[in-house]
Amino acid sequence: MSTSTTRTVWPIPGGIYPLDHKQQSLGTAIRQVPLPSQLVIALRQPSHAPAVLCVNVGDHVSKGQCLAQGSDATGLSIHASTSGTVLAITEHAVPNESGLPELCVILQPDGENHWTKLPALADFRNYDAARLISRIAEAGICGLGGGAMPSATKLRAALLNKVHTLVINACECEPFITCDDALMQASADDIVAGIQILLHISAANRCVFAIEDNKPAALNAMRAALTDSGIELVVVPSIYPSGAEKLLIYSLTGSEIATGTLAVEQGFLCFNVSTAHAIARAVVHGEVLVSRITTITGSALVNPGNYCVLLGTPINELLKHAAVDQTKVSSLIHGGSLTGIALTSNNVPVLATSACVIASTAAEIPAAEPEQNCIRCGFCTEVCPVLLLPQQLYWASKSEQLQQATTLNLHDCIECGACSYVCPSHIPLVQYFRATKADIRIAEEKLLMANQSRARFEFHQARKAAEKIQEEQRRATRATLAHQQLEQTATPSLAQAAIAAAMARVKAKKALQDFAAAVDAASNNLTTADSQADNTAAYLPNPDQQDDSR
Amino acid sequence: MNAIQLHSSPHAHQGVAISHLMQQVLLACVPGLTALVFFFGWGTVLNVVWLVLLALVLEAMVLRLRKRAVALHLGDYSAIVTAVLLALALPPTVPWWLSLFGITIAIVVAKHLFGGLGNNPFNPAMTAYAFLLLLYPDLMTRWLLPLGVAESVPTLADSFAFFIDVEPEFGFDAFTGATALDSFRNQTSAQLVSEFWQQNPLMGAWSARGWEWVNAGFLMGGVYLLYKQIISWHIPASVLSTLALLAVLFYDGGSSASHGSPLLHLFAGGSMLAAFFIATDPVTAATSKRGQLIYGALIGLLIFVMRSWSAYPDGVAFAVLLGNFAVPLIDFYTKPRTFGHQK
Repeated sequence: MSTSTTRTVWPIPGGIYPLDHKQQSLGTAIRQVPLPSQLVIALRQPSHAPAVLCVNVGDHVSKGQCLAQGSDATGLSIHASTSGTVLAITEHAVPNESGLPELCVILQPDGENHWTKLPALADFRNYDAARLISRIAEAGICGLGGGAMPSATKLRAALLNKVHTLVINACECEPFITCDDALMQASADDIVAGIQILLHISAANRCVFAIEDNKPAALNAMRAALTDSGIELVVVPSIYPSGAEKLLIYSLTGSEIATGTLAVEQGFLCFNVSTAHAIARAVVHGEVLVSRITTITGSALVNPGNYCVLLGTPINELLKHAAVDQTKVSSLIHGGSLTGIALTSNNVPVLATSACVIASTAAEIPAAEPEQNCIRCGFCTEVCPVLLLPQQLYWASKSEQLQQATTLNLHDCIECGACSYVCPSHIPLVQYFRATKADIRIAEEKLLMANQSRARFEFHQARKAAEKIQEEQRRATRATLAHQQLEQTATPSLAQAAIAAAMARVKAKKALQDFAAAVDAASNNLTTADSQADNTAAYLPNPDQQDDSR
Repeated sequence: MNAIQLHSSPHAHQGVAISHLMQQVLLACVPGLTALVFFFGWGTVLNVVWLVLLALVLEAMVLRLRKRAVALHLGDYSAIVTAVLLALALPPTVPWWLSLFGITIAIVVAKHLFGGLGNNPFNPAMTAYAFLLLLYPDLMTRWLLPLGVAESVPTLADSFAFFIDVEPEFGFDAFTGATALDSFRNQTSAQLVSEFWQQNPLMGAWSARGWEWVNAGFLMGGVYLLYKQIISWHIPASVLSTLALLAVLFYDGGSSASHGSPLLHLFAGGSMLAAFFIATDPVTAATSKRGQLIYGALIGLLIFVMRSWSAYPDGVAFAVLLGNFAVPLIDFYTKPRTFGHQK
């Protein structure tokens, strides 16, 4: 296999050509951001399950020491970005859509930067896939392009499905972002090593390295590094969003990944170029993921550029380092200008997915225009890279017709923002679509809960009915048994009772007779003794008062 | 830090607004309007000015009634485009009250009663035109004779007399007559097309006199809109090619039963105006590219049918409105296949 750049590229449907704003951050080589006074290391897990902490407040940690692990196989290990003391483990604002704080480790650097590395597996070909995957898991490598999927999880899935093609995504199609571009220029050899490791693990029989044609310097660096590597270098036209995974696979092979399935299920394994680099660092050099290249850009900065940043560095420190002019900042965006998140605060840390931070002026990213009526111009349909009808989805979303939105395949929307970008009515289409997706999810959850409740209720009813029948049966059995017992034992007991009663009666009669006899005797004695003593009669016991006196 | 803008992604915009699209459409009307003025005098300009004024006032009033942001929606230029398109379609001789009636139907009834811009199922200008044509057929067919047939175009004073509904100095009949399409449709003498052409002064170099240049003007404007990517080629190409194809099929070698040559049809009446400016109104057109081809073909077919077999040879408006009717159906059956779904 030879390195070639002349191969068919299937043009993606739709797409836009936004101003790329890339030059402003490409003026200098990658620079280092000095150690901040505090690091805020987010413990976010891709599965949103809580992370399992490995350290306590007050612990001294070395650089690269594991701070937290995932609670399951899809979990992500988080490491200390430098050596220092754990000041607190608390919720802290992070760059996210919701603006809700997340659990973070607050680390006070000791300035030593004492790094405990894992043993280097420099000759990675000597190790099997399982060993290398466990190393990648241990090093906490996740998708640095924005996906944040743990690479080990992805690779395990790749081993379960027969992967035939490894795609390295170096398109970096979103405006403003140049971190991959800078990385390719600086570390092409590490990238190639990372790709070789991925090839070794996945046993894919071909590998395509895709890069957009707007990065000539990176292209040259990669072309040199990829020579005789067996890795195909493919230059794709610069069109947004060419780097979206499923679209990139289409560009390169003409295969469409079926809706609702993963690329890996069809034999495609896709990795971002910077993830490949991080994998090489983890395997070959034993370095866990503690830093990344972040593009810090925007016209409100004096020194825009690409910086090597420790994960957890507060963004305000970055901006300070890039000499921000606070009076010029009109928006602060985490990510690119088309899919990034507008930040409410600059006191948020750099995450593994922080490819870019934009501190823009009002001229660069103007305030959103007021929304006007849809005139059905169809520009959105023309640019939609997944061939949706954004305009009709908008009507469905606006009128909350969730079923209609689902029928129009809302779930295939990749939220690239191309439709909103071209809409002459300034309708925030993507925002509508996100809201409707959430509404559908809520409706589905409600339906699921309702179904579960109904099932539970029906089960309860059935159980009650069954219990009632059982109880009745038990009662019937008991009654029958009791009746049978009665028949078997009734005669002797009655006879005994009768005898006893008769005996009692006889006893009582006898006692009465004895008493009467005694009274008779006494009265006889009294009559005979009447002459002797008249007064003694008064002391004779009265038969009527006998019971009372005794 | 100053007040930071917060909005959902994307944070960038192409910068093209509705107002820009509408302004381009207005600009593209200029060549056609110029030709109309050249061949038929100032009447159309009076119509344009009067209708634009009325449209703005009516639009503002209705927006206010509907409690909408008046400045924002007036600024989208859509009312002005409706006014201009209606003015271009109306004969230059209509009195002020007729246009007032027409624009009221367009803005108030056809547009805002259906929910305002974007919600109207029928093209407002064409709805108004159709209403007027049915209610005032005599006034609406009182077209001027083009320059070349008439010795001169009406002066501004004459046009103004028409406008204020006063009979001009030389009488209406000095200026007005049937349109070329009308006389072609209603010819009774069983002439060959070539004979008709030679004998009828209404016929020009390749189509109807005067009209061929008006249509050329609108074609020019349409090409400009295509070049500026304000409209896509699908609808106009489909309208015109269907119209031309039918004309070829029914040309019948130019016999007395012929319905006229493709060139006659393409460059007479409202062909180009309809193909590039009316049928392409996105609000009332089909949305998918395939749907637009079907929609355009339907309009082309209906234009030809109207001209050849109906009582309204200049009834392009009906063709467009019937096309509008079919849009929901067309849209339903031409949904594109979503990426990653079964072919």
